[in-house]
Amino acid sequence: MKQSTLLRIASASILKNKMRTLLTMLGIVIGVGAVIVMVAIGNGAQTQIASQINALGTNLIIVMPGSGTPGGVNQGAGSFNKLTVADADKLKQQGTLFNAVSPVVSTRTQVIAGGSNWRTSINGVSIDYTDIRNWNTSSGAFFTNDDVRSARKVAVLGATVVKNLFPNSDPVGAQIQIGKAPFTVVGVLDAKGQNGGGQDQDDVVLVPYTTAQTRLSGNIRIGQILVSTTSADDMDAAQAELSSIMRDAHRLDGADDDFTVRNQTEIAAAMTSTTRVMSGLLAAIASISLLVGGIGIMNIMLVSVTERTREIGIRMAIGARGSDVLTQFLVESVVMSVLGGVVGLAVGYGGAAVLGHVTGWATSTPASAVAIAIGFSAAVGMFFGFYPARKAAGLNPIQALRYE
Amino acid sequence: MSHDSAVIEISGVKKVYSMGSNKVFALRGVDLTVHAGELIAVMGSSGSGKSTLMNILGCLDVPTEGSYVLDGTRVNGLSKNQLADLRNQKLGFVFQGFNLLARTTALDNVELPLLYDRSGRTLDTRALATDSLRRVGLGERLDHQPSELSGGQQQRVAIARALVTQPRLLLADEPTGNLDSRTTVEVMALFQELNDQGITIVLVTHEPEVAQYAKRIVEVRDGHIVRDHPVIGRRRAVDDLRELDADPDTVLEEVA
Repeated sequence: MKQSTLLRIASASILKNKMRTLLTMLGIVIGVGAVIVMVAIGNGAQTQIASQINALGTNLIIVMPGSGTPGGVNQGAGSFNKLTVADADKLKQQGTLFNAVSPVVSTRTQVIAGGSNWRTSINGVSIDYTDIRNWNTSSGAFFTNDDVRSARKVAVLGATVVKNLFPNSDPVGAQIQIGKAPFTVVGVLDAKGQNGGGQDQDDVVLVPYTTAQTRLSGNIRIGQILVSTTSADDMDAAQAELSSIMRDAHRLDGADDDFTVRNQTEIAAAMTSTTRVMSGLLAAIASISLLVGGIGIMNIMLVSVTERTREIGIRMAIGARGSDVLTQFLVESVVMSVLGGVVGLAVGYGGAAVLGHVTGWATSTPASAVAIAIGFSAAVGMFFGFYPARKAAGLNPIQALRYE
Repeated sequence: MSHDSAVIEISGVKKVYSMGSNKVFALRGVDLTVHAGELIAVMGSSGSGKSTLMNILGCLDVPTEGSYVLDGTRVNGLSKNQLADLRNQKLGFVFQGFNLLARTTALDNVELPLLYDRSGRTLDTRALATDSLRRVGLGERLDHQPSELSGGQQQRVAIARALVTQPRLLLADEPTGNLDSRTTVEVMALFQELNDQGITIVLVTHEPEVAQYAKRIVEVRDGHIVRDHPVIGRRRAVDDLRELDADPDTVLEEVA
């Protein structure tokens, strides 16, 4: 039998019972709709996290001190700091895959401005830091390379620091005291908000790393080196290049690395895997309603087979094979559930948009939702339609014709 | 008539149904040959085995014993699918209860057997179905559903459906059982007309006056064929119709 004929016969018998078909389809509509809304929520959360991670900086690689093992006792990460400004300079000069390198000298201390004071992180960085973190000033300007070379006492304030020290005035040009040294404020950073871990990224004061080393920490070692690569694609190659330059600089030969390298992709992977589990869970719960919808289809198809026993008998008497009858009923249930899936797709799209609007959650319906809706509903129709269809195909024509 | 023109040849056909430990002998050894162009009435009371015989002739059932050759094809040992194809190609069925698909137009009902055609021919199914309905005088009722047609018209649709595949044999199981006497005569007139055009027809009936329109009567009792004789003084349904039209009060005489 031709496929167009099969579809025509199936749609004809589906249309004969409009109300019943509609109610049966409703199960699939709700199931597919729920799955799509859940996928949209999960997908939205992942997109949000990805953007938060990007806010850390573009194509970021972080070099941190390695662990030391004096006398065989491993002291853990950071216990054996051998990172120096010279390392950062070498990376900048020799690296071919990096576009920005900045040492970071960190300390925490009290900052005083007029009558207010505030304890915050002081980061000594180079001018590359703005590129790496993709972070611009909202007023004033970032300090210059000249400031770094001369170790001038200039500072750029984060938004939170400004809010606490200069609630009513423009801090640019003002004098502040960091620790015991007086600094001039040259700029204010854009507000960046919380990072993925919930820390306030704006609670920071940036100064030239040279100044930080001489005036604040008094330590020649540096806390970490931030490196950004030219493109996200050569992250692995860049990391390998970075390691080889560092090993060369530290003359390690065969010894273990005395530094640790982590890249943004690894951090991102850890966080997205958490949300992926969450959204998988949500989708799994939603698919239970799809299952219930499928059982609804099976129920109606069984009723339909019983009701149409005589019709099946007639079809067989005039030459329908068992496989013809099987296909007919299977096509009916698949057409019904795919129609439900298409409507459910629209409901899911709309539902996700409304939910996002009402709750303020980030929702984004992926393009694959179309495939999910059609694929899942077809599979449900196939799976739950098979038993009734096989029952129909197995009828004895003589008994089916006599059925009242 | 030559041996080659036999449409049906059954010999020594037995059919036994097992009902638990009981065995029911529906047919106890039946021989029957039907030649092309015949119009045969199979008669018998209920339980005589005529329905079983009909099911076997219609390839809906297979004999427990004995052989059945339909239009040169040996039916014994065929698979379910082969039987379905055989029904589709060589047989046309007309049932007592019409057995049309409800809420489906006459044209769609008649077209149905052609949709199951597996011969690979390209068929203009709509045109063939339309021709078949015209042949039974329902050319004006193509888009009517069974519920919009009278009993006689429904049976005509069923006959058109049986004819649309140009079968070698038309099998009618109590075709007039649900019809009033005038419509019965009309339907029998149609069968006689089709038979005159060369179509072989076997009809099962328990009404003697219906059997009088056939050319040959086969009587079945207790699983045996007890009588097989040509009809003497065969009636023409067209003449009876004319008589009815002349005097609507006429009651057709019962055949003793």
